[in-house]
Amino acid sequence: MSKAIVATASLAGCFGCHMSILDIDDKILQLIELVEFNKSPIDDIKEFTKMCDVGLIEGGCCNSENIENLINFRKNCKILISVGECAIMGGLPALRNGIPIKECLDEAYLGGPTTGICNPDKIMPNDEELPMILDKVYPCHEIVKIDYFLPGCPPRAELIWEALTALLTGKEMNLPYEVIKFD
Amino acid sequence: MSDNKINFTIDGKQCIAEEGMDLWKAAMVNGIFIPYFCHLKDVIPAGSCRICTVKVNGRCMAACTTPITKDMNGAVVENETPQLEEMRKMIVELLFVEGNHFCPSCEKSGNCELQAMAYRYKMMVPQFSYNFPLRKVDASTPKIYLDRNRCIQCKKCIRAIKDEQGRSYFAFYKRGNKLEIHIDHELAANMSNELAQTAMDTCPVGAIIRKEKGFDTPIGKRKFDKEPIGTEFLKK
Ligand code: SF4
Repeated sequence: MSKAIVATASLAGCFGCHMSILDIDDKILQLIELVEFNKSPIDDIKEFTKMCDVGLIEGGCCNSENIENLINFRKNCKILISVGECAIMGGLPALRNGIPIKECLDEAYLGGPTTGICNPDKIMPNDEELPMILDKVYPCHEIVKIDYFLPGCPPRAELIWEALTALLTGKEMNLPYEVIKFD
Repeated sequence: MSDNKINFTIDGKQCIAEEGMDLWKAAMVNGIFIPYFCHLKDVIPAGSCRICTVKVNGRCMAACTTPITKDMNGAVVENETPQLEEMRKMIVELLFVEGNHFCPSCEKSGNCELQAMAYRYKMMVPQFSYNFPLRKVDASTPKIYLDRNRCIQCKKCIRAIKDEQGRSYFAFYKRGNKLEIHIDHELAANMSNELAQTAMDTCPVGAIIRKEKGFDTPIGKRKFDKEPIGTEFLKK
């Protein structure tokens, strides 16, 4: 059987979900037998070089780059999975969702307790290289179609493993109660 | 058999309960768990969350506000049918998108009944879009803070947390989607630590949190880490 091709991305996330992917201990050897990684921070491949079978998305969308990246993943992956609370519902970055964006930026760069020392010239980041920040943090499935969801902060390594192997081998998922958690 | 014992079935199982008892409790007495949010032991039921909806002789009723009466003799009650379970799952999903439920940063996570109910229904993602409403936190009282982002408006705190004269510490303000839970600042100024703890434990979610007390139970040891909601009742 040819290996399945997997791509991963961290959008507005903390890389915790990626750590959890790597937290499968010695099963990582089995994983390498089963899959080949394409665009992913795990192997540092920056661009898609072929169509992928599975895309794992960590993090929600907080800026224009996240959106472009996510749309690119949808185009290049047959199956797209939201991994973790941030991808599923925005997660901690979405705590800002009720607050007007100007207030957030003012607090971060002008009015915050440490900004006097770190930002004496009161500069608001404005380089055109920087992606545009969105009005709020969006769950991935509100931007593109997502096929499966793996909750958790981060999702338990066991959940990611079970889901991936079930998907790739067609065997049934065996998920004990402890494995599906939102924290 | 004495007169006040009523016979009925729940999902085909023969049940006996005393007249006057509510159907939610009657099910429990007969070893059957009906999901709940607003039901509270020894407090008059409010029927506000509707997740305990069952069918009694084909008609949808909230189990907590349905008394066992003589008319219920021989009644056919449906509880865990696919239709009712689907509808209950939907209630959970609606509650998740209606407020702001950030489980990873919530002190109640692991002990939260809303979260536990989502685990029961294996909710991977709500099917509705997130509302992200703007809601204020009231941290101005000495013993507790009130995080309205997490309130599911079950009225438990209003009904259960009272002073010696029977005055409620909590009350609702406004209506519909503007409905907000409030706390009486005068009463709350002298709230005891014990009552603050009871208030926190009474709230099914993390809307009432004790101050100066953080995450003190490790992951794995919290109420719903290992066992689904409902197990704790049926064991008793
Ligand atoms: S604060 Fe808690 S107990 Fe009170 S109505 Fe809201 S969810 Fe229910």
